[in-house]
Amino acid sequence: MTESKFVPKTVYITYIAATPEQVWAALTSAEFTKQYFFGRDIEIEPKAGGSFAMRMPDGRFDIKGRVIEWDPPRKLSVTWGVAFAEFSELPESLVTYEIEPMGGSVKLTMTEAHQWDVPDAILAGGRQGWPLILSSLKSLLETGKPIAVSVKMGPPPEMLAAVKDAVARKPWRAEATR
Amino acid sequence: MTDPKFVYVTYIATTPEKLWQALTDGAFTRQYWFGQTIESDWRLGSRVVFRSGSDVHDYGEVLVCEPYSRLSYSWEVKFHELFRHERPSRVTFELETMGAEVKLTVTHDEFEPVSKVRTAVSHGWPLVLASLKSLLETGRGSTLTTPEKHRGAKERAIALAEGAA
Repeated sequence: MTESKFVPKTVYITYIAATPEQVWAALTSAEFTKQYFFGRDIEIEPKAGGSFAMRMPDGRFDIKGRVIEWDPPRKLSVTWGVAFAEFSELPESLVTYEIEPMGGSVKLTMTEAHQWDVPDAILAGGRQGWPLILSSLKSLLETGKPIAVSVKMGPPPEMLAAVKDAVARKPWRAEATR
Repeated sequence: MTDPKFVYVTYIATTPEKLWQALTDGAFTRQYWFGQTIESDWRLGSRVVFRSGSDVHDYGEVLVCEPYSRLSYSWEVKFHELFRHERPSRVTFELETMGAEVKLTVTHDEFEPVSKVRTAVSHGWPLVLASLKSLLETGRGSTLTTPEKHRGAKERAIALAEGAA
């Protein structure tokens, strides 16, 4: 698989009063992710080609993928497959975090890229989730406390219908042969 | 046809009242918005002034003012000739209480079809809103948005706008 066929669809940028090493640790260790990432523990092998997964509080995994780039404390890129109901039939996306030191703070850029022409109704899930996840990460590093509302939020209702529709039609197959 | 709107969402551990004050009181805007004082009496149709010290560089007009929930004003970016010919764009702040926190949605729209203003503000908003969140949660805005950084931010906005030309 090459990264080049993935097209960025959602970008979220924030600035955090922390060191690149602190932000890297928050992105890659379960003791942090469970506090800001909807209660999920990250499990990640620290090398390109390694495995990556997110474990829900009930012990099941709902995100699985592989490490594409492991460059601490600058860049982390993972494939992102949602292992939940119909979502598991969708092509994987690619999630990349870039960390840039900037005058004693850090610029954190999250990019979600896709290898097919994803409808906005499906992108809505990430566009709802990332601002909350990354706002919570920023609060956790700056104040020691995450954003509490994140525990209650589920995917937007239109998203589930759009995923069912996409899985029935599988438009990415036609795109691959074009 | 206008340029696509710019939307940025953040969640802040604060109250709608404190967030509203941070958006509408120049003594607060100075602390997270590159030292800029943003002033108005916030009545419908009133003028909004963007001031750095004694230098008034941008203007707007109050379009919506529903305290603690919704604020909208037009924005004429005048600080550089690159932007001066563009029509006023519009910024809208929506505040939504969620438990002990507030969801803040900033929508900036009504740009020219090909807008240098949009290119410039797309860079600036994440920085200003990250600093606003830090100020309300920790008592200190970002070191990246102090008055001393304003010149650099303007130069960056101009460079981005020129690159997009």
